[in-house]
Amino acid sequence: MPELAIWSIFFLPIISFLVISFLLRPFLNDKPRLSGYLAVLSIAGSLLLSFWVLSEVINAPGHRLSLPDHEWAMVGNLTIRVGLIVDSLTAVMLIVVTLVSLMVQIYSQGYMHGDPGYHRYFAFMSLFTGSMLGLVMADNLIMLYVFWEMVGLCSYLLIGFWYHRPAAAAAAKKAFIVTRFGDLGFLLAILFVVFQTDPPTFDIERLHSLAVAGTLGGTAITLLALGVFAGAMGKSAQFPLHTWLPDAMEGPTPVSALIHAATMVAAGVFLVARMFPVFEASPQAMTTVSVIGGVTAVFAATMGLVVYDMKRVMAYSTISQLGYMMLGLGVGAYAAGIFHLFNHAFFKALLFLGAGSANHTTGTFDMRFMGGLRRYMPWTFATLTVASLSLAGIPPFSGFWSKDEILLETLHKNQALFWLALVGVFMTAFYVFRMMFMAFGGKYRGGASAEHVTQHSAHSHALHESPPVMVVPMLVLGVLSVISGVVNLPWSFGLPPHWLADFLGGEAAGFDVNLAGTSSLVAALGIFLAYAIYSARWLSAERVGKLFGPIYTLVYRKYYFDELYEDLIVTRGLYRNLSFALDWFDRNIIDNVVDGMAWLGRNVGRPVSRVQTGQVQVYGIGISLGILLILAAFIIFGR
Amino acid sequence: MVGLEHYLILSGLLFCIGMVGALAKRNIVTILMSIEIMFNAVNIAMVAFSRYVTPTLLTGQIFAIFIITVAAAEVALGLAIIMAIYRARETVDVGKIDLMKW
Repeated sequence: MPELAIWSIFFLPIISFLVISFLLRPFLNDKPRLSGYLAVLSIAGSLLLSFWVLSEVINAPGHRLSLPDHEWAMVGNLTIRVGLIVDSLTAVMLIVVTLVSLMVQIYSQGYMHGDPGYHRYFAFMSLFTGSMLGLVMADNLIMLYVFWEMVGLCSYLLIGFWYHRPAAAAAAKKAFIVTRFGDLGFLLAILFVVFQTDPPTFDIERLHSLAVAGTLGGTAITLLALGVFAGAMGKSAQFPLHTWLPDAMEGPTPVSALIHAATMVAAGVFLVARMFPVFEASPQAMTTVSVIGGVTAVFAATMGLVVYDMKRVMAYSTISQLGYMMLGLGVGAYAAGIFHLFNHAFFKALLFLGAGSANHTTGTFDMRFMGGLRRYMPWTFATLTVASLSLAGIPPFSGFWSKDEILLETLHKNQALFWLALVGVFMTAFYVFRMMFMAFGGKYRGGASAEHVTQHSAHSHALHESPPVMVVPMLVLGVLSVISGVVNLPWSFGLPPHWLADFLGGEAAGFDVNLAGTSSLVAALGIFLAYAIYSARWLSAERVGKLFGPIYTLVYRKYYFDELYEDLIVTRGLYRNLSFALDWFDRNIIDNVVDGMAWLGRNVGRPVSRVQTGQVQVYGIGISLGILLILAAFIIFGR
Repeated sequence: MVGLEHYLILSGLLFCIGMVGALAKRNIVTILMSIEIMFNAVNIAMVAFSRYVTPTLLTGQIFAIFIITVAAAEVALGLAIIMAIYRARETVDVGKIDLMKW
């Protein structure tokens, strides 16, 4: 396979970004559709190339293609190279990113129709896809970090896409700043690598071999792994850096589907998977990953139980599912973690697109004002049901297979985390079906016009299914949500058993009927409880909420994390004290030093300037006296 | 016997008189005259050196003639400028010609 074809996988979307920004937007602004078509076309090209790469990788020895490195920069004895790593992990990620991205971009043609920022939207989406593809193919930490920051930038731009809304602008800033804390750790880890390797190398495969050989070991490798994991925590919204993701829902829904559910947030999981041999060499780092993952999985799920915003339910669900992936990686189930990432990308993207579809017709995301959409939007309802069953982990949908593998591995490694994860399974099933029953069951409760009773607009148009351009991508994702589990079934089904695990080079997790039965039963219980409260109404949601009293409030207020970060740390700690001190120092010390220098210059200069009278005779006298002085000195001290 | 020293002393005295005049006088015409005296002091020194140090050559004398010529041109120019200044400002006092003072 020609090297250029592999490079063009991520160059195509970036070219699309450049063409839209510098040609279409300035010169063909009145034909926004062109941008959409170009974006879809470029990503379709990337998808085809990705399939090509996948088939090449499957047939290649050791499941990896070797490509030449290119020298990029030299600093002292440190050479920075750029190159692509094309192995099984890359191939899987390429398929996930391009496939979900293509579906989302097609869907966006309908969802963003008529938006004044249409060109901008597709330019950013193309840039994002290109950066993400670059990220999964980068073969060294520096290049990976560049693309890492580029997806962060795109995330910022797209969350704040409707920048005239203060909430969106604030959410964009929050996402950028909170992830920055994690990225700091990643950057430190990269710098740390320079001092720990000789000759300094950023090459990921070389780091792998150093870690496996034990050359890089002990505290050094733990620190390195923890730094990398800090970056992954920020990007994948793991506790305690999770606060940005729910707010990121201010962006357009397809953006949430692509970036904040399926691909970018999975970059953290991908990074841990990419550096997996490094993590494996450090038991402490692995424990940290699994504990953070397990805690996040349940912690985020509890918040998903109580919010009313449909997208936020999904946001907490995403955090929780990313927690499961981290948990899987942390307990050593490399293949299971990636398998879950793979399945999750499809059903979570679909869930978001479905939420967007519901919003498209009702004008609101608040589930209290939806209801009864089943009758009006049969396709949305059907595909969302599939996605929800998959998320809840009901066999034979894809989510079941991957979640089960993670649970099984966790059970072998860490009992406490297993029970935690099982509680998470129950909550997951409950919140996703709570959403389904609230939004699609019962009677329609008025949508946006009911939400804004006071400022009633004539927006009570008839409810309708979304246009085909939105429904078709959802159908495709719906089919994928059912069948994507096929790649790693415990028995032979078209593909050999545990095909994905073999392909990725991880150990197959196996299959335990008892565990599978238990987890399915727990999920079914969750669904039943949701049915009991929100559909059959045997229990009143308010009464259940009151029963838990303070715990309900605590969860509903998101454990006061926003208050902790914004009021306590940022406002009190940073703003009132640190910034105040710095402000005082700046005004009184720095400013005064600068002012003092100017004052000194001016006031020394003023008397000296008096000497310059403009009278040539005065100067002449000065010169004469000077000559006399020199002569006198010459005569007295000279020779 | 009149030697080189006598000429040089005369030349030095003339130069000092001229310099004091050029630096101390207020009247611009007097200053111009003082400068002429300094020129002539130099001429005397020049001719004296030529006569006593290199009697066979006439370098100093030729130099003196050049200086006299250039000084004549300079006086013509200087007087013209003085006339112009006097017409414009009705004064020849250098203390009052201070347009370019800070």
